[in-house]
Amino acid sequence: MSTYMLIMRGTDESNAAMMTSIDEAMVATRTFIEEMVRAGVLLAAEGLDDPARGVVVDFAGEAPVVTDGPYGETKELFGGYFLLDVASKEEAVEWARRFPAVRGSKIEVRRVAGADEVPADSAGSGHL
Amino acid sequence: MGTADVEAVWRIESARIVAALTRFTGDFGLAEDAAQEAVAEALVSWRRASPANPGGWLMATARRRAIDAIRRRHALQERYALLAADSAGDAAAGLMVDEDIDPDRIDDDVLALMFVSCHPVLSPEARVALTLRVVGGLSSEEIARAFLVSVPTVQARITRAKKTIAATRVPFELPPAAERRERLGGVLSVLYVIFTEGSTATSGDRLLRPDVAYEAIRLARTLAALAPDEPEVHGLLALCELTAARFPARTGPDGSPVLLADQDRRLWNVSAIRRGLAALARASARGLGPYGLQAAIAAAHATAPSVEATDWGRIVVLYEALGRVAPSPVVDLNRAVAVAMASGPAQALAIVDELIAANRLPGSHLVPTVRGELLARLGRRAEARAELELAARLCANQRERSVLLRKASESADPGPAQRAPID
Repeated sequence: MSTYMLIMRGTDESNAAMMTSIDEAMVATRTFIEEMVRAGVLLAAEGLDDPARGVVVDFAGEAPVVTDGPYGETKELFGGYFLLDVASKEEAVEWARRFPAVRGSKIEVRRVAGADEVPADSAGSGHL
Repeated sequence: MGTADVEAVWRIESARIVAALTRFTGDFGLAEDAAQEAVAEALVSWRRASPANPGGWLMATARRRAIDAIRRRHALQERYALLAADSAGDAAAGLMVDEDIDPDRIDDDVLALMFVSCHPVLSPEARVALTLRVVGGLSSEEIARAFLVSVPTVQARITRAKKTIAATRVPFELPPAAERRERLGGVLSVLYVIFTEGSTATSGDRLLRPDVAYEAIRLARTLAALAPDEPEVHGLLALCELTAARFPARTGPDGSPVLLADQDRRLWNVSAIRRGLAALARASARGLGPYGLQAAIAAAHATAPSVEATDWGRIVVLYEALGRVAPSPVVDLNRAVAVAMASGPAQALAIVDELIAANRLPGSHLVPTVRGELLARLGRRAEARAELELAARLCANQRERSVLLRKASESADPGPAQRAPID
């Protein structure tokens, strides 16, 4: 049993392709979400607004620099996520395969670390 | 695709496939056998080539196997003719894929599958095994590991359960309105048995087995999605979420139990608490039932910053309410613990002694555990030690037993004040 995040990553092209048939995409995504709810695996799902309306806080220098989005050179944009409670990594991957994605987009499957998984070098320093 | 990939697809598809095939063939046992054959085939053939639609492949293969089995049964020739006609003869086998599942019906069919798996004609062990197998999609090996029994034992339970279902002609349908509430209670209690096996293992050397508890939570979420208007389903889900939220703090690094009073509450899973409170809110719509009340008690703990700052008065009231809707000596014992925290050990001891006088929990290690704690708090050390030693002898979980023995020896010394043994 583990929690996994399915991270949606689109490109400008795949996002544009999705927007041309946004109604169908919404219906397909809702069906996908309902299936995960019925399977008892979905913990959370969120979709992000247009990156053009986002802001980037950049810590490259001494002080954080705030710039209006989009991200600049980034090719793949984080568009949303599903948080799943599944029996195995393979199950997380199987759910990801079922996402009604547009061609050109990607899903990154990442395990959520547990509260007890403190990196070794910070052990004893307490938890956040 | 390897074994783990097949298992992953099966977990997602199991309930839908067995439900759809039971609806299709009218024979639960046959449906389950056919589904298992399909999984066995997938384990071999997906290694060579992965299907484009693994879920559809499993459904189509299981359907083919079901039809093969019906063909082989000469006695069922007539039914086969009906079936073939039903599916317009179109190579009846093989072509049933995802699209053939009636989306309006499949939810009710999966729900019906849960009711069949938890049917009162089955033994409690069989209900657990069958539910995990057909609804949860676990293998016999996984179920055996979860309940610390042998694989042949699990297989025998499932085989016997299928025979009982056939012999007693358990219908594949949602229970009629008059029985629904009671039958739903039966399903909930199966899920709760699975959960408690994971949250306080009845035997073995580990206190917690979160993977087992997870199966119950997952099934409870499915049930909540399929029967959203049943408050107690949300109550059970809330209880499980709120209890599991404390898992990370319930055992020390060496696996020994950490009592509620000593738990590092920062380790409690905040997301699980939030989900539990949301489920509790849904459960509260029309007054709380037994699971909802237990969830409300768990919520009182989950939202308290410390043992001292816990609203013990409210917990006493909730236990009183629970004792009215679901009378049980364990509830009275827990009420005694809450009373000890709210009003002191003397009043609590009176409740425990009443339980003993009525011999309502014979042989349980819980009574002497609580009594020993209360006596220790009252400064009656020799009696406390004797009770805690008795509790250790009666306790089947090795981890809990060693804690009890440690407390027994501590209670003999004028050491730090004893605390409530909750959790």
